[in-house]
Amino acid sequence: MALAPNTSQVDDGLKNELAKKGIVVTTMNQLYNWGRRSSIWPMQFGLACCAIEMIATACARYDIARFGAELFRPSPRQADLMIVAGTVTKKMAPQVVRLYNQMAEPKYVITMGACSIAGGPFIDGYNVLRGIDRYIPVDVHLPGCPPRPEALLYGLMELQKKIDGQQIETAEWYQQGLKREYPIPEFGPHGLIPKFNPEVWQPRENDLRKERYGQPIMIGKKSKAPNLDVVAVAAAPRPAAPAPTPPPTPGIA
Amino acid sequence: MNKIFEAKDINLAGINSSLLEVNIGPQHPSTHGVFRMNAVLDGEVIVSLKPVMGYLHRNHEQIAENMSYAASMPYTDRLDYFNSMSNNLGYALSVEKLAGLEVPERAEYIRVIMAELTRLINHIAVIGFLLNDLGAFFTPVLYAFREREKILDIFEEISGSRMMCNYLRFGGVKRDLSPAILERIRGVVTAFPRFLEEFETLLTKNEILCMRCQNVGVLSPELAVNASITGPLLRASGVNYDIRKVDGYSVYPRFQFKVPLGPKGDVYDRYYVRILEMRESLKILDQALSTIPAGEIMSKKMIPFLKSPRNFKPPVGEAYARVEAPKGELGFYVVSDGTPQPWRYHVRAPSFINLTILEDMCLGQKVADAIIILGSVDIVLGEVDR
Ligand code: SF4
Repeated sequence: MALAPNTSQVDDGLKNELAKKGIVVTTMNQLYNWGRRSSIWPMQFGLACCAIEMIATACARYDIARFGAELFRPSPRQADLMIVAGTVTKKMAPQVVRLYNQMAEPKYVITMGACSIAGGPFIDGYNVLRGIDRYIPVDVHLPGCPPRPEALLYGLMELQKKIDGQQIETAEWYQQGLKREYPIPEFGPHGLIPKFNPEVWQPRENDLRKERYGQPIMIGKKSKAPNLDVVAVAAAPRPAAPAPTPPPTPGIA
Repeated sequence: MNKIFEAKDINLAGINSSLLEVNIGPQHPSTHGVFRMNAVLDGEVIVSLKPVMGYLHRNHEQIAENMSYAASMPYTDRLDYFNSMSNNLGYALSVEKLAGLEVPERAEYIRVIMAELTRLINHIAVIGFLLNDLGAFFTPVLYAFREREKILDIFEEISGSRMMCNYLRFGGVKRDLSPAILERIRGVVTAFPRFLEEFETLLTKNEILCMRCQNVGVLSPELAVNASITGPLLRASGVNYDIRKVDGYSVYPRFQFKVPLGPKGDVYDRYYVRILEMRESLKILDQALSTIPAGEIMSKKMIPFLKSPRNFKPPVGEAYARVEAPKGELGFYVVSDGTPQPWRYHVRAPSFINLTILEDMCLGQKVADAIIILGSVDIVLGEVDR
């Protein structure tokens, strides 16, 4: 596995010689980050379909325990990593932000699945938030619907790389007076208020989706209900199933 | 939040006690999605329990009403994300009824095979999660998901996706099954009983399981019928109602299988009915695999629409078709106005309607039991809130 950008001054050959004698030369940063990257505790928190793939990742075949991240904690106070696995609806978004605020520093967020990145297949729904990154900062985005368990493992490895690159002296959670809490949106009459948190997200100037695909959903196109009374039952009755004898040519075709 | 219950409503005959309001969810350790319960406790006993839904309301129906018929098929996968194939089947049946399509025989067999495989997946996962709620933290789920992966491999090979298969089409299925895949399905079907034996040896007569589950959350047959409960929940209460038998849709009438019923309707019965149902599913799979005929997999009428699904315009009319999904009666109601989009599209979600009975089952039980009762109802929030 790729380690951090090696900042140690010690020559590699010398290091190897020392390692043969049982002496390890490392920096505080590397040691510390090695500990942190190998024990990321995710929060046990599933929202929709993607959560099932998250559970599958924790199970025997994919076994997220190999990366030290198998300990799913139900409480945000004990978790380092929030995997936003599933569709974030407007009703759920305040709770997600609140859970994020309750997590202890340092905290990381992985958005799993197209839904939590940008609304996914449900982007046109009136109740679906178009991406949780409007309210909280996200470290790794994992596209897919749902992402395969391997993808989640890859996302975790990317997060580990990010952790490796962090320095104790400059890490933001060691700064004095740091308070990474974000305002919790409220559910107003027309969706969430505010619509996004300008600290972490800014709207695009041009709507790429509209430019490329036009308006994919034709809301309000229809105005008149079909008159079902005058229509004779349109569907022909399904043909009765033949007698319950197996067909004459059985066998795997 | 409104106060649901006033302490003075209860006459505790001179005892000076007060009720405690507990909010469970939407984020909670039991693995049932974003579901919230407002429980009022007297000591440890539940005196009132109100489910709060809507945390996963994804506007499935509104989106489907603005799309072509075929485009909603992938969305049905995401209703009950454990059994995408059963959901596909329900939707395909209702549109076929609307348009008067016939399905070739081989496709019907493939559909039945897929629907029964998803039933295996669903029941095995439900039992795993139920035990998770009982306190056997995650170990049973490991066993359950080990088997699930084997079936998901088959799904992946035929449809390209592990969970969201999107495999059925109106008038048939997307791809044919090769003999090699049929052999693999047969391999899973023959190996599955051994796993079930193992699972049952560990669980069925387990003392802890029996003590926690028996006589907990009893649902009387009358109440179940009046509340229009369906699925294993209803059959555990001893009501013989299985839509595969009652409606005989697809080619189910050709197969021999029994409908397992529970004697009492408690959590244990629901667990055991699911185990027995898996055994019956295996029987159906066995028969279907040995008698699957050769032939077409798509109705001739629908082949042109595979390339241009937006030209598919069913005649004006309405149709309701239902299937016995692993969770109960899954129905799709579609009204067509002759345009490429349905005028009205409604899903009768079994877990949503089964959930209405939760309070009646939980009243008078301990708060720890409420979680396993919820687990035994078997809800998936994607389907409850849609
Ligand atoms: S990205 Fe796809 S699988 Fe994941 S929650 Fe959204 S719809 Fe479900």
